[in-house]
This record gives sequence, C-alpha cells and structure tokens, in this order.
Amino acid sequence: MARDTFQQVFTNCRHSAENPCSYFIDCITSGQKCHQSEASNQRLRRLKDRLLLVEHDHPVFLVGMGTCGLANGAQKVYEALQSELAAWDAKAQLIPVGCVGYCAREVIVDVKLPGHPRVSYAEVTPQDVPAIVEAAKRNEVVGDKLLGVYEGVSRNGWGGYPVFQQLPFFKKQKKIVLDNCGVIDPDDIDQYLARGGYSALSKALNRMSREEVINEVKNGGLRGRGGGGFPTGLKWELAAKAKGDKKYVVCNADEGDPGAFMDRALLEGDPHKVIEGMIICAYAVGADEGYIYCRAEYPLAIQRIERAIADAKAYGLLGRNILGSGFSFTLKLKKGAGAFVCGEETALIHSIEGKRGMPSPKPPYPAHQGLFGKPTVINNVETFGNVPVLLNMGAEAYASIGTQGSKGTKIFALSGNVNNVGLVEVPMGITLREIIFDIGGGIPNGRKFKAVQIGGPSGGALPESVIDTPIDYESLKDIGAMMGSGGLVVMDEKTCMVDLAKYFMTFIQSESCGKCIPCREGTKRLLETLERLTRSYRSERTQEEAMQRFQGMIYLERLSEVIKSTSLCGLGQTAANPVLSTLRYFREEYEAHLYDRKCPAGVCAELLTYRIDTDKCTGCTLCARKCPQNAIIGEKQKAHYIIDEKCIRCDQCRLNCKFNAIIVE
Amino acid sequence: MKITINGKECWANPGETVLKVAEREGIKIPTLCYLKGLTPTGSCRMCVVEVEGQRNLTPACAFPVFEGMKVQTNSAKVRRARKTIIELLIANHPPECLTCVRNGNCELQSLAAEYGVRSLRYQGERRHAKIDVASPSIERDPEKCILCGRCVRVCNEIQGVGAIDFARRGFNSIVMPAFDHSLNTAACVFCGQCIVHCPVGALREKSNEKITWEAINNPEKIVVAQIAPAVRVALGEEFGMEPGSIVTGKAVAALRRIGMDYVFDTNFSADLTIIEEANELLGRLKNGGKLPMLTSCSPGWIKYVEHFYPDLLENLSTCKSPHEMQGALIKSYWAEKMGIDPAKIFVVSIMPCTAKKFEAKRPELGGRYPDVDAVLTTRELANMIRIAGIDFMRLKDDHFDDPLGEATGAAVIFGATGGVMEAALRTAYFTVTGKEMADIEFRQVRGLDGVKEADVAINGTTLRVAAVNALRNIKPILDAIRAGNSPYHFIEVMACPGGCINGGGQPLPSDVEKTEKRMAAIYRIDRELAKRSSHQNESVQKLYEEYLEHPNSHRAHELLHTHYYNRGE
Repeated sequence: MARDTFQQVFTNCRHSAENPCSYFIDCITSGQKCHQSEASNQRLRRLKDRLLLVEHDHPVFLVGMGTCGLANGAQKVYEALQSELAAWDAKAQLIPVGCVGYCAREVIVDVKLPGHPRVSYAEVTPQDVPAIVEAAKRNEVVGDKLLGVYEGVSRNGWGGYPVFQQLPFFKKQKKIVLDNCGVIDPDDIDQYLARGGYSALSKALNRMSREEVINEVKNGGLRGRGGGGFPTGLKWELAAKAKGDKKYVVCNADEGDPGAFMDRALLEGDPHKVIEGMIICAYAVGADEGYIYCRAEYPLAIQRIERAIADAKAYGLLGRNILGSGFSFTLKLKKGAGAFVCGEETALIHSIEGKRGMPSPKPPYPAHQGLFGKPTVINNVETFGNVPVLLNMGAEAYASIGTQGSKGTKIFALSGNVNNVGLVEVPMGITLREIIFDIGGGIPNGRKFKAVQIGGPSGGALPESVIDTPIDYESLKDIGAMMGSGGLVVMDEKTCMVDLAKYFMTFIQSESCGKCIPCREGTKRLLETLERLTRSYRSERTQEEAMQRFQGMIYLERLSEVIKSTSLCGLGQTAANPVLSTLRYFREEYEAHLYDRKCPAGVCAELLTYRIDTDKCTGCTLCARKCPQNAIIGEKQKAHYIIDEKCIRCDQCRLNCKFNAIIVE
Repeated sequence: MKITINGKECWANPGETVLKVAEREGIKIPTLCYLKGLTPTGSCRMCVVEVEGQRNLTPACAFPVFEGMKVQTNSAKVRRARKTIIELLIANHPPECLTCVRNGNCELQSLAAEYGVRSLRYQGERRHAKIDVASPSIERDPEKCILCGRCVRVCNEIQGVGAIDFARRGFNSIVMPAFDHSLNTAACVFCGQCIVHCPVGALREKSNEKITWEAINNPEKIVVAQIAPAVRVALGEEFGMEPGSIVTGKAVAALRRIGMDYVFDTNFSADLTIIEEANELLGRLKNGGKLPMLTSCSPGWIKYVEHFYPDLLENLSTCKSPHEMQGALIKSYWAEKMGIDPAKIFVVSIMPCTAKKFEAKRPELGGRYPDVDAVLTTRELANMIRIAGIDFMRLKDDHFDDPLGEATGAAVIFGATGGVMEAALRTAYFTVTGKEMADIEFRQVRGLDGVKEADVAINGTTLRVAAVNALRNIKPILDAIRAGNSPYHFIEVMACPGGCINGGGQPLPSDVEKTEKRMAAIYRIDRELAKRSSHQNESVQKLYEEYLEHPNSHRAHELLHTHYYNRGE
C-alpha cells in the first residue's frame, strides 16, 4: 500500500535532498509555511493523526520485535497475526516495533482499534493470537493477557482495565529518551517525524548558532552516558575549538558490559533519535563526517541504523546542505568485530581506522587528535539520544530533571534476580531501592536481596546498606561503584560474591587487549587468586599451593591498587573494582572461603560438603544408586553415608532424595 | 615554561614529554617499551610518575608537560607500581636466566636487580608457546617475550615490513607473524632490527657458533674467516670499550687465536664490488639498461624487494654482496693459487647482520660448494672470543692475510649508509674521466637521514643518486619507480637504519648515539688511509689481471654476480 508522505500532503512543496528547504521540518510540526491553505493543513493533520494512531479507519496491531521480543518468539506471533489479519481486514496494519522496556513480559502485542485506546498484551504466544483478534473484531479486550490500556485517549468503555502508564513498572519511570521505543515503527521515518522528530535539528540549524547549541547542551548539564560522565557540552566545545581541516563525530555503540542492553534497545527502537543527535553535534563542532561504531553482535540494530541512515538521506536530513543550511554531514556505519575494549574511545578509533583495537595514551584526547588524527567527538548512543530531547525541552527544563550534578534521566538495563527484567529510564536522583523494588518488583522466589552490580565489570557490587543512595555520578563513586553504561544486575542471597568477582575478572582477563602490563598480567593474577579461593583443598596438591592461596589474598588489595592507578585505559583502571567492592562490602564471605573453606551462598561447588541427615534417611538406597561415583554407602533401611573424598558435588543425591535428607554446607 | 620535578624547578619546552625533561635534568626514569623517535605507546607503564592533579599515575614517555606541572618521579607509590610491574613480568617469564642468551645483558634482569625484587610475590600460570627456530637467521621464543612491542613497532614503523604483530587478547596476547606462521615463511626480511630492540631474550640470531667450532676442531678443514667493515667499529663494545672504538687489529688477532687458518678482509671484495657495480651502472647508462640501478649489498633489502616489489627485481644490481664475492673467490681464485681443494675450505663471515645468514643459505650463491659456510654476528664472535679465554683488551694488533686482505678507504665506508654510493662515485668518476676527483668526500650522502640525494656531474652528464636507509624510507621511492617517474639513476639502499653499523647482528642494545659514534669511526678509518678509492686496490687489479680479465667479464659474472626470486606470493 503506497502511503502518503509529508511532501505529498503539502501544496507545491519543492523540498528534496538535492534542493532542500529549510522549512521542511517546521512545516511538519506546525503547518505549511508557504502556500498555506486550509486544505493542505487538513491533509497534514490527517496524516499525522494516522501516523500517531489518533485517527485511523482500520485496526492496527503492533508487535514488540526488538531482540528481547524475538528471543521470546515474536516472529511466530507476528506470523500468526499476519494470517489472522489477512482473513479479517485486508487493510489492517501489522507493525513491528522496538522494545517498550518490559522485557520480562515479552512478547508484547499492542492493539489499536479505531475509536479505542491502544491496549497492550503481554506474554503473547501464537496460540493466544486468534482470541486476541477475535476480541478485536468485537471491539473487546482479552482480559487475562492484558497488560494495560494506554492513557491519553477516551477509554471508551475500557475504564475497568489498568492504565498502562500507571503500572508499577512504568509509574516511576520518566521516558524522555525511550519515549518512542516500542511505540513507533523504528523503520518508519514518518512516524518519527510525526512525533516531532528532527525538530531539534531544524531548530539548531535554522535558529541557533553553533555556539548557542554548545551552550544549550552545557546549560542542560548533559553528561556522557557511556560511563565516565564527562560533560558533553564541554567535550563538544573542545572539539569545536580544536584546529583541523576536517572533524568527525563518532557514536559509540559498542555496548559490551555483561547485562547491558540500553544502547541496543534505543537503536532498535528509535534509531532516528540517535542520528538526529549526531547531526546536531556535527553542526555544533563543525564536523562533516560521522561513524556509528556498532558491534556486529547487534544485527537488528545494524539493520535499523542502515535503514534509518538511508531514509534520513532520502529526506535530505543527511548529506549535502542539510535543510538548506549550507551544513553537510554524511554518516557511515562501522561494525565492530566483538572486542570489549573497542568501547574505549581510543581503541574504537583505531578499530575504525582498520588497526588492532588497542587504546593509546591520552593526551592527545580525541577532541584534539582523534579519528585519522582529526578532532573527533565520541559520544555514547544514549548521550546522542538525549541531545534532541534537551534541545526540544530547552536547557532549563532539561536541567530541572535530576540532581545537582547529574541532570536528565538515565537508562538502566535491569536484569538478574529481579521480577521485572527490562529496560527502564529513570530520572537521576532516584534510589537503587526504588529501581529494584518499585520498578523491578523485587526479588523473585521469596528470596532476599543481596547485592546489585552497577556499571558492569568496571563498577561494583553494592549491598542493601547503600541502595538508598540517590543515583548520580558522584554518589555512586563515593560508595565504590560507578554509573557505568547502565547495567544493573540484581543478585539474591544465593549468589556468592567471590564467585561474582571471579566471573567479572574472567571477563576482564579475556577482554583485556593485552597491551599494558598491569591489566594483562595483573588481572590474571587477581583471577588466579580468586580461583584458588574457590578451589577445594583436595585440588591443592602441595603445601606450596595452599600457601599461594594465602599469599594471593595478602597481596590482593595491593595488586588491585597498582592495576587501578597504573593501567593505560579505563578498562584496566576499573578492572579491579568488582574485587575491591566485594571485598569492601562482603569481606566476611572472602574470609569464609579463605579460612573456613566454605562458600556461604552454596555456589562454589568445590567448597561444598554433602552429608546425609541420619534422622531423615530411610535407607531407600536411591541416592546410592544415583551416585555416579559410588560415594554413598549404607545398608538397606539403614542410614546412608557419603564418602567425602569420592564425592564430586554433582548434586544428584540431593535432587533425587525424597526425604530431604541430604544436607549441603 | 617552568615545571617542578621532585621539588626542583626546571625549564621545559611546550610539547615535550616529562621523560624528555627528566632525562635532560639527569633524573632517571626506567622505561621498557619506549623507543626514541617513535610515537610513545605507553604500554609497559614502567615510566609512570605522579603528576599533581592527575587521578592516576601517568606515563612519563607520553605525557606532555604543562605550565606549573608538579611531578614526582620516585614517590613510594611510583616505586611500588614499578616494582609490581617487574614482579608481574617475572611471574610470566621462564626462570631461565642462567641459560639465556641475554644473561647479563637483559633489561628485565637489570630492572629486577635495580628495584630489589627478592621474592616471587605473584605466581601462577605462564604463557606457553612454541619456539620458532625454522629460519636460518632469527629465532623467536614467545615464552620469553614481555610484549613491550618494540620489535613490532620497529618492524612496522621503521622498517615498513610488518612481519610481526600482536595477536589474541588478555593473558593470551602474543607477538607473532600472521596466522602464527614461522618467520621463515612470513614476509620477514631477516634484518634483525627486532633483535637489537628486544629487551629480553625473546628474539635472537640463529647461532652458527657450533658449526664454526666444529670446523675449527676438524683437522681436515681449512677455516677461512672474513670480517665486514662494520664489525671492526662495534666489536669493542662487547668488551666494554667505547662505541666507535676501532678494533680491526685486535679482531684479526682474536680470530687467529680462536683457530682460524686464514683471516681475510671482506673490504677486499667491497672494493671489487665497487669495480663491478660501477661498471654495471656505466653499462646500463650506456646501453639503456634498467634504471635506476639499485645496490645489492644488503641482503635484508634484497629480500624486501623479492617480497614486496618483485616487479623491480631487474633494477637490482646483479652483483653479489661483498662477503659472497669473497667466499666465491676464496673457493676458486685463492684455492687454485694455494693448491687447496675447495671442498676442504670452510668460509666463516663475521657480519653485523642476521640477513647474511639467510643469504649464505641461498642455493644460487655458490657453485659446487656454498660461497660461505657460516655467518657469525658481531655478538657471536664476541661469545667465541670469551669462550676461547682470550683477553681481548690485551691483544696486540695483527694484520689480514694477503692477497684477499688488502682494502681501500672506499671499502670500509660500506659499513655506513651512503658509503657504497660514495665509493661507487669515486670509482665511476675515475672510470669515465680517467682522473681522480678533486674532493672524494661526498658529504651529501653521509649522515643518518633516511633519504640523502646528490647530483653528480661526470663528463657533462649529471647523475642523480640517492642513499636510503631503514626500509620504510624506500617505499615511496620504489612506488615512484613503479609509476615510472623516479628521477634517479642510482640508489643505494641499506635495510637497517644507519646502515650495517646498526645492523641486526651488532652489539646490544642499539641507539642513535652509538650508531653515530660507529659511523664517525668508519669515516675516520677511511680518512686515515692512503688509498681511498677501490680502483687503487692493487690486489684487486692483480685479480683482474690474473683471473677475471676485466670487470663484468664472463668469469666475473659466473663468480661475482647473481639473480633474484619473486617471493611476492
């Protein structure tokens, strides 16, 4: 079905990529400037109403098809809807959208019927599809799969259902960057435009000088969302003032922290917002070429970016003489080959240049000497996503969100032992407790909260005693963590903190680029120290090995401090943080491993002891028969025993015992 | 601008690094990965210092000074960091100091001693990797590698070869040729610059000491040594002498004591090379041969052309390198003269070079017997002198044997970049005009610049010549030749920066100051000689009369010229 475009609804609009008109975006937002006629304005309104799903004649179905949705089977749901809808209304629309954030409840399907509010269904399977479509035919809602009804339009008799935006998961969120994610079709630039897209760019190009743009970003107090929190406006100013015949803007989409998926979701759900932010940045610093460096493990995001770049080009929003301003900017996509360290800006630059992704010392900073030796601004996906928002809201309004030093919102990827796994955007200053318990719905299976890892492998594990700290860059540093890019991994009482530190150290060690000695060699020794802690005395063959277990612990903090203060790049400088933070807050757990040779959380298998509660054991012999090591002995109908030396801690006895007689310590 | 280092105010220029200022002020900051003249990579972190206002320790090699900067180069924090780095390196280093080729000459060893490392604080897994001994020139032991990257940067940035690079990540990081091939099958030119920059024993020459001793110990063998020009100005360093000390006489004496039956001077053949090469050039100029003609004395350079510019092989002079000419003559002219069966002759070349080892193994260099049987680096000769129990410093000067021992000043300057060019011009001028030049010193082609050019008028014809050293510098010139717009007639190329005096077989470690001193010594020898042009070498003249007839004769071609191979694929 050929669709109307904005240009078609305008009278005599001459805008094209080759011959751009500076009013193009303004006309979309507030009616055609030239050739103003009631007819043309009416056509525009109708088109926008249709794109915004305010007024439309046919049912619209939207399927959450971000990576989280697809992983939960969204493709099958989409296909089921396709065949159901074909049989019902040939003009019904079926739109794949990005992630609305509620990953735990995917597949999410939204239904928007003419004259009715939008409704959202959760955990939809292909089997649910016929019922949902049947209900839609009758203008009804299927109650048991319903997540909520969108607010905003007349509820039209569906008043009894929960309001989507008031659900606990959404209530405390403030979606200004993610506002389009899961709502609009990310592949449809018109939907982005209908929701005010590219109006910040139009504002910057038509009504603001380069300096004014930079000042606005500075006054808004935006800081880098990639982890470091460097003031974005200042970074831009440095690059703007740097001398160079050519400048670059680079978007860092090499998101690699375990448990982080903010950038992916934003790129999959609303790629144009990031691109708009990049164009504004390029205008502000005087760059004419840009790169989005996206890891190749994000195929869907890459697909969306490529489509968005092509569409923006076709609309004259990328390329030569953008909106008739005389400013030109081309944007390319560069796929990263999967090295974590390429998220570090100098390594990323080398990778784009075709070299091995290894960091180099700063100074020179990229703002002075970056990509191909030219002044370069590198910002993270979320930072660029904030730029149009900031410009549209105005610095003052933007700065009113958040805390003294940290303005705006932050997107977090909430995962681990938490009920509502998903993507959340919250105002700075909210506490970790609010995110985990109010938005995240607390810990599943009735277990207790133990710690939350913030900032990925560079951050720290924080215990309950500090989770009332308001989230901002400085406060997090004070408690031994960092904002990081936004991964929040929640852990319950069954998590071993030594094991956690070991996990992150394994990650760091295999992702260290190997360039500088403290990171390459030091993290290996830290990892070995942690491995020795979690190994049983049985695998310590010599006395010397036992001594090494203690020696490693004695020097653990000393070595960590040297790695922190001496490493070349951020990866190494923060590599010891998981060790240092767990040591700070969970020291007794380390001691239990070291001295008692026990893992209190029951995770480190080698340190566990299996024995049989003789009072409970009935002598049924099941465990003895299941034991692959023949480590269980005992006569029929008499209590059995486990020979510890033979036991390999496979857990089979405990899993099979019908009398709960197996005790694990 | 003013900065403060360790409480002492000192002047610094904007753009300078902390390391540079500290060096000038006599404040020692240890380094490992730092290489003068190349962009600092800041990878070893040995040179970290405390800069007031900086959150972390800062590498002095990379950090630029700023007005009012306050630096502590030796605080407790700095010392602990450095010691930890050394300890971490030791933890991943084979404990083989006593049997290591670099025992006593290892930067890691010295640092460990300097920082008082007395125990193995960190212990655990060590890197396991196989030794690469396949090439005839260079052995690579990745287990000893401390990944400072000096070899990688020299190979890439100075030589423009790129035979080795970092591979893998984290603890598994390793330096290797592409796909973990052997150097023998990689596009390595065997220049050995990686060896002279390696701080530890991860890179070393393939030793020919054993086969040389075996030949000496074999009563059937007549062992004939020859010694390259650059060796005589560097060998003394191995025995604690100042760089640039001239030890020609001592070297000859030492070789005799070791057990060499005859000791000749490669310079004899250097003079011969000049006669052959000058005539080849004049022939090409006259007969419209391939120009510019490129010199062929540097075997690393030859292999570079074979790998990367095989389409320009015809531009190379067909002259063998001097020691190969010498070997060929020893086993023909001299053997006949002496009535010795060439099968019994074992020719040992003492060279400042590792690529010569590969060259000696080329099957085309030799007839029934290889021209050269063993190639020893300057370092290997020093080892043999030590093993032989010779007190080098107290040796009395000795002389080369005749007739392959006579040489002119033109020959000795082969050892420095520009020398072959200068020597060739001295003789070419004479050959064309029949007159000696008024001033035979070509200062335009001397010195350490990468590319040196000169215009030389001979009988109304102007020759455009260039002398190039360090392979990186030859690339644009070869590209221009390829494109057909090179202005030159004759180009001398030496693979190593500075020429043979800074070759891959010279005493360790190498630096610019040492190279300059060795170079000065080379020109001093030339200046002090009565005969300074190759055509004045009477023994060479006699060789032509008795044996070769005339330059570029049929017999000369058989014995003294060679051909090359395309190693492009």
